[in-house]
Amino acid sequence: MAERDGPSHGPRRHPLTGTGPAVGYRQGVSVSTVAVGKTFAPTVYAVGREKIREYALAVGETEPLHLDLEAAHRAGFADLVAPPMFAAIYSSPAVGPALFDPDVALDFARMVHAGQEFRWGPLVVAGDEISTGVVVQDIHEQDGKGFYVFTSTSTNQRGEIVCVGTWTTIVREG
Amino acid sequence: MTRLQSGDAIPDLVVTPDRHLTIRYAGASGDFNPIHVDEEFARAVGLPGRILHGLWTMAQVARAQTEAAGGPATLRSLSVQFRGLGLPEEELRVTGTVRSVQDGIATVDATAVQGDNEIIRNAVAELDQR
Repeated sequence: MAERDGPSHGPRRHPLTGTGPAVGYRQGVSVSTVAVGKTFAPTVYAVGREKIREYALAVGETEPLHLDLEAAHRAGFADLVAPPMFAAIYSSPAVGPALFDPDVALDFARMVHAGQEFRWGPLVVAGDEISTGVVVQDIHEQDGKGFYVFTSTSTNQRGEIVCVGTWTTIVREG
Repeated sequence: MTRLQSGDAIPDLVVTPDRHLTIRYAGASGDFNPIHVDEEFARAVGLPGRILHGLWTMAQVARAQTEAAGGPATLRSLSVQFRGLGLPEEELRVTGTVRSVQDGIATVDATAVQGDNEIIRNAVAELDQR
């Protein structure tokens, strides 16, 4: 498939069933799988020292590496260290457009964030620039609910993968 | 730092999000969904009131792990299922038990509850103790 500007489609085959695009109507939930494999242009997030501090305080962190610049320096880090769950912050600008994509066609009125996984690589510190790409991993219907799974891959300025996120949303029956 | 052994409970993490926590987390995260910050809106859509951000609650599960294992570099992965609605001004308790330790990686099963209400279930963390 030729490269196009903007969001591009990967293979339109379902990764698990091998079936092509389909629209299923059952028990009031319609699930279009046309967006499976679709990727989105990466976003870049510049990690700021005070944003780390603000986030760390909001989640109740007491770890000095997240709050105390001298402690971070003594431990050999160039700047404040982001808590692992700061991944939610630097990857969300990339995940948002995927959630709102018209091909994905999520019904926000009936959607819940059902599951989340993060797998981490090297720690992120203030001053890093984190690039995050998103792919629509899977869309399927099960037990009358629509399951939408997105994968985000976040890479630092040295090309190291710092976090892979799996975001699962469920659309309930109307 | 103490090395975790199979069967160990990690120390409970207990925190009561204050009345304005969801406002602060909205600012820190950029997630200003009105179900988290607007009491009237939340009630109008059938919720008991403003609810906690799921990713804030997940951050408490993460914090219980890193505090038990000795810092942010120990947390290799965390997966959770969001279940019940978390509410401000109610005590949240994160508990966890080490399921196994293999090649220096401790796998911990964890939950987060408010009273009888399970907010996060089936959480699984991998902690690097090497």
